[in-house]
Amino acid sequence: MEAYLDNAATTCCYEEVKDLMVRTMMVDYGNPSAMHMKGVEAERYCKEATQTLAKLMKVQESEIYFTSGGTESNNWALLGTALANRRQGNHIITTAIEHSAVSAPLAFLEEQGCKVTKLGVDGEGRISMEELEKAITDDTILVSVMYVNNEIGSVQDIAAIGELIKRKNRNTSFHVDATQAFGKYRILPRKMGIDLMSASAHKFHGPKGAGFLYIGEKTKVHPMIMGGGQQRGMRSGTDNVPGVAGLSKAAEITYRNLEQNQAHLFDLKQHLTEELRKLPDVVIHGMPVEEGAPHIVNASFLGVRSEVLLHTLEERQIYVSAGSACSSHRRAGSATLTAIGCNQAERESALRFSFSERTTLDEVNYTLEVLKEVLPALRRYTRH
Amino acid sequence: MFKAFLIKYAEIGIKGKNRYLFEEALVNQIRYSLEKVEGTFRVIREQGRIYVFTEGYFDYEETVQALKCVFGISGICPVVVVEDKGFEDLADQVVAYVKHMYPEFNKTFKVHARRAKKTYPMNSMELNCELGGRILDECPGMKVDVHQPEIHLTVEVRQKIYIYSETIPGPGGMPVGTNGSAMLLLSGGIDSPVAGYMIAKRGVKLEAVYFHAPPYTSERAKQKVVDLARLVARYSGPVRLHVVNFTDIQLYIYEKCPHDELTIIMRRYMMKIAEQFAGEDGASALITGESIGQVASQTMQSLACTNEVCKMPVFRPLIGFDKQEIVDIALKINTYETSILPYEDCCTIFVAKHPVTKPNLNIIKRSEQNLQEKIDEMIQTAIDTAETIEIVY
Repeated sequence: MEAYLDNAATTCCYEEVKDLMVRTMMVDYGNPSAMHMKGVEAERYCKEATQTLAKLMKVQESEIYFTSGGTESNNWALLGTALANRRQGNHIITTAIEHSAVSAPLAFLEEQGCKVTKLGVDGEGRISMEELEKAITDDTILVSVMYVNNEIGSVQDIAAIGELIKRKNRNTSFHVDATQAFGKYRILPRKMGIDLMSASAHKFHGPKGAGFLYIGEKTKVHPMIMGGGQQRGMRSGTDNVPGVAGLSKAAEITYRNLEQNQAHLFDLKQHLTEELRKLPDVVIHGMPVEEGAPHIVNASFLGVRSEVLLHTLEERQIYVSAGSACSSHRRAGSATLTAIGCNQAERESALRFSFSERTTLDEVNYTLEVLKEVLPALRRYTRH
Repeated sequence: MFKAFLIKYAEIGIKGKNRYLFEEALVNQIRYSLEKVEGTFRVIREQGRIYVFTEGYFDYEETVQALKCVFGISGICPVVVVEDKGFEDLADQVVAYVKHMYPEFNKTFKVHARRAKKTYPMNSMELNCELGGRILDECPGMKVDVHQPEIHLTVEVRQKIYIYSETIPGPGGMPVGTNGSAMLLLSGGIDSPVAGYMIAKRGVKLEAVYFHAPPYTSERAKQKVVDLARLVARYSGPVRLHVVNFTDIQLYIYEKCPHDELTIIMRRYMMKIAEQFAGEDGASALITGESIGQVASQTMQSLACTNEVCKMPVFRPLIGFDKQEIVDIALKINTYETSILPYEDCCTIFVAKHPVTKPNLNIIKRSEQNLQEKIDEMIQTAIDTAETIEIVY
């Protein structure tokens, strides 16, 4: 039996997505910028994709920009906002548990003279609204908060944060990294006070190398990739027709069964956490099951190093992710686990299990069986 | 501009009756190394010299790079080849060569003509004088110095005429395969590939063995060792790599022996297994990247303990090197970047907090008594189930 429990890293493509993408590469392969029929045909895919996404999120078509994925969307949102608002202020607020696609560009902006405030989180990975309120000043141009944390699945109250920001400073933009959330929740950016939102296709059964950034019409962002003026001059480069078409098809299918899938994921999560709690020396991180994201479980198996357990499971065709790739030479523990107050023993033994709609209860049970079998043996051999 | 290379070799030149064997090996290695370079090459041995002739287009930089990886070459002279159209034309060509190579005209030089084609109307001395004169006339600022010239301009008259003056240093050493073969214990660290390189440089063909410990070491750690073997193979020629699954032996030692002796005992069994493979492959020595005192298992006493299990000689070319000196070579031979990828290797999994640094052989042997029951069988299994990978650059 194979159990792929690393869906937060990437997911398998939908069959329909693959078929559509093949068609855009083999039949309707024109350049959307071309004037002839071949170009018009190709352009139709992008138009339809924009319409699809706009409907799903209840936003305007002109507010959607396609990118190469989550990393580019995040970089563009942060750097582009900083560039466009240099005169308004230079203060940006973020959290201590962001993905590096947010924290790295912010570190760069800090080098360039921006002030960055990192909000801490509590033991479950939640930011404090009081702290956020205190942090927002007249100088604050942007608040960037991830919707679902990729490591422990903690969820922020995005609507409340959006409302708070607008109440405190109407000119502050709100960026949400929704890479792990899009397709898991029905997100309505306008209703939630979101000005910028990043997403990535391969997290919801679309292709790798495709994503989008929602930019609210009143939000000032400078383009980062300049050239031929595609996408209203905001993001140049020949339209990635296969990627864009694949992304929108994947979004459409994901949204079709969103509620059922969500319930299914919560069932799996509930079951796995319940069973893990019965095992000795297991610590489960993040929020209570129903408050956290439906598809992510993070647990430490004290006394067994993440990497060793990961490879042991891999030998039985079970694929999971280690809290962070760490080695005997470089103890670069996960920033998220540190932020929620994990000690070194917990950080070194953390594994992430993440599901998709395709994950079955049998796969989870098989994983639990194998865990029960291998943990005692692995714990016999630990470093001294 | 350059159409051929004269290959200089230092050490082979002083061999006696076996010299032709060394030269043949060198020619073969040069051919092996040039196989991957764009171009058509003829490698020719004549009158105690080796030439690489090119035909049509070839990539000059890549060719030089490839030749720099051939042990036994002490220098590479890029040669300009011109047709023999009489002396005037030759003089023009030589002057053009000087103008191109030394446009500053601020060097001392000496012309060294060699007449392999004895029917040429001028003898070597005349050629020296005439050509030197022409250069002095046409390149003001150049001076002749027959004792210690900065430029030694050689003009060889054969069917065609060869002009050369510069020597690119080669790696030195001896052609791989002229001094037997040895088994390298390759770990994935910085040291072992460098050790392999240095022994290969002395003309020794390499085999390698890697101890894999899944699930404690990952598939990527193994891939890293394969990549390192490939980088070394650029110099040493094809390497046969044995990947041994060492997990069971390691866990067994961990269960039965004192933990602070684990690394020493483990290394003793690694040497034993490596020696067996060496015997099977016809290798006559082992190579390790050990250097005195670098880590607990490489103190004088530890080395003595590890060495005791081997009947074959164990070559430790880095024994007197500082880490930085080893790193410098690793950077030069392009293995450093791969070596520092942060994957666990089997030596770091169960490292005791305070491993023994002055092991006593008798005590170690007494600890090994605890393994008697199963260890021989385990070693046999490890050898029988090893995966062998043929690696070429």
